[in-house]
Amino acid sequence: MAQDREHGLEQAMGRMLQIGVTVAALVVLAGGILYLLQSGGSKPDYGHFVSASPAVTTVSGIVSGAMHMDARGVIGFGILLLIATPICRVIFGVVGFAMLRDRLYTAVSAAVLIILLYSFVARR
Amino acid sequence: MNVLDFSLALFATSLLAGFLGAMTGLGGGVVIVPALCLLFKVDLHYALGASLVSVIATSSGAAAAYVREGFSNIRIGMFLEVATTLGALLGAYLTAKVSGNWIGVIFGLVLLYSAWMSVHKLDDQPRSSKADALALRLNLRGSYPVNGGREEYVAEHVPAAFGIMFGAGTLSGLLGIGSGAVKVLAMDSAMKLPFKVSTTTSNFMIGVTAAASAGIYLSRGYILPSLSMPVMLGVLVGSLVGARVLAHTQVKTIRVAFVVVIVALGVEMIYNGITGRL
Repeated sequence: MAQDREHGLEQAMGRMLQIGVTVAALVVLAGGILYLLQSGGSKPDYGHFVSASPAVTTVSGIVSGAMHMDARGVIGFGILLLIATPICRVIFGVVGFAMLRDRLYTAVSAAVLIILLYSFVARR
Repeated sequence: MNVLDFSLALFATSLLAGFLGAMTGLGGGVVIVPALCLLFKVDLHYALGASLVSVIATSSGAAAAYVREGFSNIRIGMFLEVATTLGALLGAYLTAKVSGNWIGVIFGLVLLYSAWMSVHKLDDQPRSSKADALALRLNLRGSYPVNGGREEYVAEHVPAAFGIMFGAGTLSGLLGIGSGAVKVLAMDSAMKLPFKVSTTTSNFMIGVTAAASAGIYLSRGYILPSLSMPVMLGVLVGSLVGARVLAHTQVKTIRVAFVVVIVALGVEMIYNGITGRL
């Protein structure tokens, strides 16, 4: 019985990862096509690091760019979905272990989730 | 070079890296950073960002299959992710403190280590008969499918594995890679888990570890959408095809060829780092 429920958690995590990566890749592809249509001419200079604008470094900037169908915004939004996929997997862990009444691993999963969320709040 | 040609060249290179990475089990991410820096003359930090994104994509894609087949141990994975994500935060923090040349040298050493590891094929380690008390208390045990049945195992040397995993996470955050070779070392050599469980659980953890550095990379501007796009799509498609082909072919020659490429890139990264060109 517990084995079955644990198997269910594995199946749910697997399905979630698959859907997350597929959707993220399709959004990045759509943004990529848009990018190649929007930008002509020579490639940007990637040889030197320059500090980027909030349009590509903040979640709100990326989402607002995507809403305006800016190619970089759409690609960035796909990348955000991709980063969110493993984070979602950890949330599945917190909920799943709580449902299995496994207190230790609910706490372990919650600790991983807090570290992940901290990395987005911590600036630099 | 115009935008279209450049993006197509990046896509083709990433496709090949993902394909060979999946076929050899080394992962495509490990050659993306040197390829971008050395062949495409991309700044190291942008290369780290594009690589990290492709690592999240491939590991999550592969993990989806393994976890459903019941090889990955999600408890052991979750427990060790506490160590890898903390390490990843430190590693990502260090990318702004450590000079690019030093990162290049460390990267080269990791490439050489990965090549060495892939030549020395790991076997299942002999396990001690005495059960590890800490592992039992933490429920770091499980069973995996063998020849139709299931075989039980319990982890050993938990503190050592936790420590190695912190190191693996730090390397992942510092170098924008999955550092699967180090993760497998912790689970195979320290915890003495069955090889198939080690490799699939390592893969399961790579996405979460990389996600911990991704937030910091993003806010620093390392992840450029236009550069990451062809790299991520190329590595992802290449690794999916590679995993398909893997089931049907003998890979000895491809493996040797890929290891030679990795050694060459490793030596060149170290040389470029020491001579201050990164």
